[in-house]
Amino acid sequence: MKQTVFTALRILVVLTLLTGLLYPLAVTGLAQLAFPAQANGSVLHEGDKPVGSTLIGQPFGGDKYLWSRPSATAPFAYNAAASTGSNLGPTNPALVDAVKARVATLRKADPDNHAPVPTDLVTTSGSGLDPHISAAAAAFQVARVARARGVPASAVEAAIAGCSQAPMLGMIGPAHVDVLCVNLALDHRTVHL
Amino acid sequence: MSAAAWGESVLFLLLVIGLAWPLGLYMARVYRGESKWADRVLGPLERLIYKLSGVQPQAQMDWRQYAGAVLVFNFLGLLVVYGLQRVQAALPLNPAGLGNVPPEVAWNTAVSFASNTNWQAYGGETTLSHLTQMLALTTQNFVSAATGMAVLVALIRGLSGRLTTELGNFWVDLTRSTLHILLPLSVVLALLLVSQGVVQTLAGAVTVPLLEPTTGADGKSVIAQIIALGPAASQVAIKQLGTNGGGFFNANSAHPLENPTALANLLEVVSIILIPAALCITFGKMVGAQKQGVALLVAMLLIFVPLLVLTIHSENQANPALTALGVDGTMGNWEGKELRFGPTSSAIWAVTTTAASNGSVNAMHDSFMPLGGLGPMWLMQLGEIIFGGVGSGLYGMLVYALIAVFVAGLMVGRTPEYLGKKIEAFEMKMASLVILLPSAAVLIGTAIACSIPAGTQPLGNPGTHGFSEILYAFSSGANNNGSAFGGLTVNGLFYTVAIGICMLIGRYWVIVPVLALAGSLAKKQIVPAGAGTLPTHTPLFIALIAGTIVLVGALTFIPALALGPIVEHLALR
Repeated sequence: MKQTVFTALRILVVLTLLTGLLYPLAVTGLAQLAFPAQANGSVLHEGDKPVGSTLIGQPFGGDKYLWSRPSATAPFAYNAAASTGSNLGPTNPALVDAVKARVATLRKADPDNHAPVPTDLVTTSGSGLDPHISAAAAAFQVARVARARGVPASAVEAAIAGCSQAPMLGMIGPAHVDVLCVNLALDHRTVHL
Repeated sequence: MSAAAWGESVLFLLLVIGLAWPLGLYMARVYRGESKWADRVLGPLERLIYKLSGVQPQAQMDWRQYAGAVLVFNFLGLLVVYGLQRVQAALPLNPAGLGNVPPEVAWNTAVSFASNTNWQAYGGETTLSHLTQMLALTTQNFVSAATGMAVLVALIRGLSGRLTTELGNFWVDLTRSTLHILLPLSVVLALLLVSQGVVQTLAGAVTVPLLEPTTGADGKSVIAQIIALGPAASQVAIKQLGTNGGGFFNANSAHPLENPTALANLLEVVSIILIPAALCITFGKMVGAQKQGVALLVAMLLIFVPLLVLTIHSENQANPALTALGVDGTMGNWEGKELRFGPTSSAIWAVTTTAASNGSVNAMHDSFMPLGGLGPMWLMQLGEIIFGGVGSGLYGMLVYALIAVFVAGLMVGRTPEYLGKKIEAFEMKMASLVILLPSAAVLIGTAIACSIPAGTQPLGNPGTHGFSEILYAFSSGANNNGSAFGGLTVNGLFYTVAIGICMLIGRYWVIVPVLALAGSLAKKQIVPAGAGTLPTHTPLFIALIAGTIVLVGALTFIPALALGPIVEHLALR
């Protein structure tokens, strides 16, 4: 028994050094060498100033920007230091009330738009940081953004097309649009990874 | 189900089976000490580990010594995880300046990681320092997985040995599982994930300005975003491969920095059941009859695929309560899901992560449609044997194989045999313990939680869905899954202690009977198959074993499920 405890302790120390220290440090070293931009958060820069991350969404509420999905993070939407989903069940009245308010906000911002509201635009994501909206949710907002900016709808559509991703292999994951990418393009900002 | 959903499901299963086959054969060579590749590349390191640890690799253990080594090693690991969390504020690699973890959360997390459950009472980026994540959690991700694999290998040796008490050497099985299997796969997967955007740095966070400033719920203006970073890829890789599942970030694999693209998602979801599937092949190879392993794999798929179809179908349905408000009725259920994955990839992940005892989530299960949540919940309640945890899934499945031959034996009045070993009273007692104890923990735990305020106050949803949250929590804990209906607040005293106890029962009160079973089987002679032997690789036996699992799972849990997801489903229509 004493022998077992002693062996267990020694092998735990050795395996901790190997898997808890050496392994993550080695992967960190290799990652920083091979994929430095990705390993550090895929941060976009304008010149050498950071302007956002391609993988982390931002909240938008002004008429001239494409809006992101609602977010359940606290104390503000898209708090990237504390990811979370709403965890509201499908029959929870709180979910229905929240969606009702979001539908009303969208309708108020664009009263002439009578299309059904794309589901992703009124529901929160799992992380609260989803950088994307569906192709339908982007199309839904084109008229509002074009009007607010005083540009033709085709200009907004072009920005959306430049930030769209088709399903992988034509079948995996729905077509989606990177919201921050579109809004940076609408503002004519030149950014790089 | 749409053509795209079928296509994605088929591609996923083909990838799993195609990769599992060679990996399974390789693992069989590793455990027999016959892999030349492993010996040439990592052999010197393996021998160094033995030397530093004082292990005699040739020494054989009987089942009691093996079980003793497992328990002592796991208990020490638990103490280290607990201790590191309690003093992390004073240790280095804590760029966010996080404080010490409170005792009840630290205990829960320690049990959670030692038992390969990875239930999250902690909050990831808001609770644990980088050092704790690496030294405590990443280490346990490896060694708890390796423990499960070792116990499985001991059981296989019990089945294939004759007239012996020797089950192998736990230290050797532990080391080989870690060094030759988990570590190389993790390095490759981690780097693939980084290429997709999973972060891997020792820095704490990066601050970026918001394009359009916003206002918080507290009325404060917010002009910048603090993006939490860390050594995530190395931990995510092993959390998937080792069926661990504990997230680096609170949102787990729904977080874009843990699971950034559809390709990353596919790699991760395949990794979740790769080793559990491959171990079926390993088993077949080690008992000298490939078809025995294939039979178990097919039996698993027989239960897996229908639940996969049910869950994909459910999540592609719109929530009628939202459609009534003018929301598009064609897009499916999006609450708690990410655009990169959508309802189908989220459903495939949910079924996979609960079939395997992984428990990582790429969408919030609490917000699934009622029947979408039922599939994952029931898969856990079946005992995490449909693929299941690495090692633990297959040893659970083998226990069911024994029960199936026993049931068949009762029907025709013959002594049941499995792989030439007579199955007698002692084996059946151990098999019953393996099935009864976790099930009892789920149902008794749920009953207690429903009847005391400490159990019902932390609920995140009212009504039947609230009951489902409790049932899901105990199903997850007692079967070492680790996923949650996350609306339930589980860092209070009651749930940290209760779920902690369930995790211990589900892990160690299964491991000890399984090793006792291995010891008892090893001592028996292998009887040659005769005319009266029930073959255990035929479609008949596959149906028998799948039927036994479904029957036991249904009888035990349908009454409870009826009170939760089934009532909710009927109420929603």
